[in-house]
Order: sequence, then C-alpha cells, then structure tokens
Amino acid sequence: MQKLTRRGWLTVIVMALLAVLPPVFYLTGNAFYLDLATRLTILAIAAVSLNLILGYGGLISFGHAAFVGLGAYAVGIPAYHWLYYSWGDWAVNGLVQFPLAIIVSAVFALLTGIVCLRTRGVYFIMITMAFAQMVYYLIVSIEEYGGDDGLVIDTRSELPLINLDDPLQLFGLSYVSLLVAMLLVRMIVNSRFGMVLQGAKGNEERMISLGFNVYAYRLTAYVISGAMAGYAGALLGNFTTFISPEMMDWSRSGELMFMVILGGVATTLGPVLGAVSFIVIEEILSTITIYWHLPFGLMLIGVVLFVRGGLAGLLTGRGGKDD
Amino acid sequence: MTAVLEISGLNKSFGGIKATDDLNLSVTPHELHAIIGPNGAGKTTLISQLSGTQQPDTGTIRFQGQDITQIAPHKRAHLGIARSYQITSLIMQMSVIDNIALALQAHDGHSFRFIRPARGIKSLRDRAMSLLDRVGLADKADLSTAALSHGEHRHMEIAIALASEAELMLLDEPMAGLGLEASAQMVDLLLGIKGKHTILLIEHDMDAVFALADRISVLVYGHIIATGTPDEIRSNEAVQHAYLGEE
Ligand SMILES: Nc1ncnc2c1ncn2[C@@H]1O[C@H](COP(=O)(O)OP(=O)(O)OP(=O)(O)O)[C@@H](O)[C@H]1O
Ligand SMILES: [Mg+2]
Repeated sequence: MQKLTRRGWLTVIVMALLAVLPPVFYLTGNAFYLDLATRLTILAIAAVSLNLILGYGGLISFGHAAFVGLGAYAVGIPAYHWLYYSWGDWAVNGLVQFPLAIIVSAVFALLTGIVCLRTRGVYFIMITMAFAQMVYYLIVSIEEYGGDDGLVIDTRSELPLINLDDPLQLFGLSYVSLLVAMLLVRMIVNSRFGMVLQGAKGNEERMISLGFNVYAYRLTAYVISGAMAGYAGALLGNFTTFISPEMMDWSRSGELMFMVILGGVATTLGPVLGAVSFIVIEEILSTITIYWHLPFGLMLIGVVLFVRGGLAGLLTGRGGKDD
Repeated sequence: MTAVLEISGLNKSFGGIKATDDLNLSVTPHELHAIIGPNGAGKTTLISQLSGTQQPDTGTIRFQGQDITQIAPHKRAHLGIARSYQITSLIMQMSVIDNIALALQAHDGHSFRFIRPARGIKSLRDRAMSLLDRVGLADKADLSTAALSHGEHRHMEIAIALASEAELMLLDEPMAGLGLEASAQMVDLLLGIKGKHTILLIEHDMDAVFALADRISVLVYGHIIATGTPDEIRSNEAVQHAYLGEE
C-alpha cells in the first residue's frame, strides 16, 4: 500500500462521511436528508463519468444529461410495458434494465461520438448539445410515453438480495456504485489508455505524430463515459420513479459540467465534492429565496475563475493536479 | 540501393503562396541529409507533408518503396517516421518522464489497456530513463515539463524522436533558440545518432549543418535549387547567390 497524500485523506474522509451521515439522519427521523444524499450520490456518478472525458480527456461535452436520461428511460419504458402491455417480469428485472441502460447509452455515445469527435472546440460543444437536444425532442414527441409530461415508473427494478423500495438500500446501492465508478475512472486514467487520453488533452498533434490514433482512443473514452452515465440514469429513474424529457435538457448537462468544474477537473474526488456542494447550496439558497439562481450562478463563476483546481484544490491547498 | 525517402513532384500552396513547388528529393539509407533555406522557404511545410499532418496538393511521397502520400499521420509513425518540432511541441502538463514514456508506449503495442498503471510498467520507465540520460535530463525526470527551460525542451524533443527508434527522423531546427553551448551539445548528440538512422535535418545554423551533413539540399521558395555534399554546396554559385551570400 502506498501512503495516502493529503488529497487521499480528504477523499477517504469525505467518502466515509457520505457513507455514514445519511443513514444516521434517516434512522433519527430525518428521511429528507437521506433522499438528498441519494440524489447527490447518483448525480455524482454522472459527474464522475463526465470527468473522464471532460477532465482527463479535455472534451467539453455539453450533452451528458442525454446519457443519464436514456438510462432512466431504459428503466421506465420496460416497466411501462410490463404494467400496460403485460410484458413478462423480465421487463422489471434490474438485471435486464441496468444492462439495457448501459447498452443504450453506450450505443448512443458510439453513434454520436463518431460524428462529434471529428469536430473541435466550440463545434464539439455545440454538436454534443445538439445531439442531446435531439433525444430530448424525440422523447417529447412520443405521446405513448407521456411526451412532455413524462411518465411515472410504477415499479422499481427488481434485484436479487436488494429491495430498492427501501430508501436505505437504494442509497446503499447508489453509494457503492459511486465508489466503484470512482475507482474505475481512477484505474482507467492511470492505465496506458488513460495516459493516451490525457496526452491528447495536452497536445493532440504530438500524440498523433507519436503514432496514436487519438480519435479511436477518445471515442472509446466517450463510450465508457456514456455507459457509466446511463447506469447513473437507471439509478435516478429508480430514485425519482418518474422520468421526463426534462432530465435530458441542456441545463441538466450544464449542471453536471458545473459540478465537475466546481469540484475540480481531473481529480478523483472533485466531481463528488462538486455534486455535494451543488446540491447542498442549491437546497440552502432555494429555501432562502426563489431568486437563488443568480447568486448561485455568480458563485459558480467565482469558483471557476478564481480557484485553480476547483474545490478539491481549495481544500488541499494546491492546484488541479491529481495525487 | 533503394532510397529510404523518395519525393517526386510535390506541390503545396496556401492561397497564393507556393510553399512547396515541384519538389523532388531522394534520401538514401542512413544518410544525414540537411535542408537549408531562408525563412519561409517551405521547410516546415515539407516536414509536415512527410509526417502527414499536411496533405500535398499534388505529388507522391515514397517511404522504403511504399507510397505513403495518402496514409494517416499516426500510421506513418508506425511505418517508421518520427518528427521533432521547430516550435517545441510537448505535453506541458505531464512530467518529463511521462512524455518520453508515452513516446515509447506508442511503439509498444496498442494502448487499449485499461487496468495496469502505466507508470508502473518497468520496461517503459527504464527505457525512458536511459533516453533522458542520453540527452542529459535524467535528474529532471520527475519535474513538470512546463518547468524546464527552452534548451531542455529541445533535448526532450530529440529524446522523443529517439524513443521511436524510427528509420527516418525528421528534425525541424533542433537548435532553434539555443545558445552557443547548448547548440554544441546538440551537435554532439546528433553526431552520436548519425549513421544509425536516416535523418532529414532542417537547420539554420550553418556551422552545425556543415559539421553534420552527408548531403545538403537548398530550398528556396519551395523548390530545391541544389543538392550535393557540403563542399559542393559551399562552392555552388547559385546557392551563394540565392542564400549563403546574403547570410
Ligand atoms: N498553415 C498555413 N497557412 C498559410 N500559409 C502558410 C501555412 N503554413 C506555412 N505557410 C506559408 O508557407 C510558407 C512556408 O512556410 P514554412 O513554415 O514551411 O517555412 P520555413 O521554411 O519552415 O520557415 P522558417 O525558417 O521560418 O521556419 C510561408 O510563406 C508561410 O507563411
Ligand atoms: Mg520552419
């Protein structure tokens, strides 16, 4: 075992608090805080997945909510058919729904990535957003699944050993999923693949002339990231038991980007800190004033402009380099 | 003896500027072939077309007998063509040794490997260290690349070209911006690899060129006006008129 750095300790402490505090609140009669924690944990998974391409890959993807939304619909649509069209019980089986969510999002990432990754800079931002909006409008136009109004998920995913109707167990699954996602991304970015991804962020032309097919590596990262976000979406569907196109709106994608940037790009803990702060501050400000968007926006801009390395950098007193 | 590099009828224009003008050149195995020419003669543009980052308008490039004109740049690297950049082109956010290790990794099978930490792969690290040793940067291995001086960056460029063990090395002004002493070091370094690889060297420093080159080609307005041994080039009237005379 290597010795933990300051940032390593911060990661351990934050993750331990996140594991312990919400269940304690729940068991002492504050169910609301467990709900909040589950939501932020799920969003943190999506932020961690975005960090792979945004933070480590330097790809400013502005359509990440589409993957999350698709994952949620991969839970909601089979459940809908199970209820109204008497599809078999497999349709509400989590061992079908979760893989389906991952596959749908991965395929969508592959098909759109093939096109998006041929563009650079502002064009990349625009086209990733355009594809996400395309899915948004597609879902809006399907009356069967509630169109604009969305769809209630009547039955949560059925899983062996776990009952997702129990808020504590749903939180537990989300928390473990977040841990796995963080470790997975950490492993990937430190591997040969991750070195290529980060090298291409730093100097694409050099990486190509070294002999790397940068496009193929980025596309792979894009698909992995999309698949992870799809998984987060499946959890989110189970949490909210309600799906609507609004989940894929560009402002949702923007929020995920803010979480990553706020927390500190290209760090293991950053996206989690970002998600925690985002949800907590949003919650506090929205109880004080209905005009909370303005101070919140100003704060985000402040962090992005003035704190190098985001919150993770601020808390450990250094810039955005990972430990 | 077949040529390592055979360029015929190469043309490239930017708007009205002919950066490469009916260029023909043949480079033989293991020679150090220097290309000299005034600013804006089209030297970097030529290198870019050879490495594949720019496409010629017309003409063909053959490498070891194979027509590579249409081949993607990352594939040319695997055929055995490496380049260094006139304007330092490194991954500034990474450490010095990471830059070199990545260059080695490019030629160590594919990199769709997701599990093992790349920095723990001893073979890559050891070879990167010995390359850094060769260019005199072993003690800077763990520093951030951005923290090194311009001269040290130029040495990293060479270490990266060496890492590929490429048959053909395209070196675009390796001495650009170096002081006297650093230039002399670079000449020594190039003398050390000369004869082991085929080198196309672009250089403004005439002393270095005449000390290193087996043959020299003179590029003016995108066209090669003379090719020959250093002595032949020195005494060539057209060259003196077009280039050497005005230096
Ligand atoms: N991408 C580009 N777009 C437009 N013009 C270009 C481009 N690249 C090069 N040129 C022009 O082509 C000509 C040759 O440029 P190049 O950089 O190849 O010259 P060079 O011989 O390397 O010069 P130097 O000695 O200054 O490095 C110049 O007139 C330059 O302005
Ligand atoms: Mg040049």
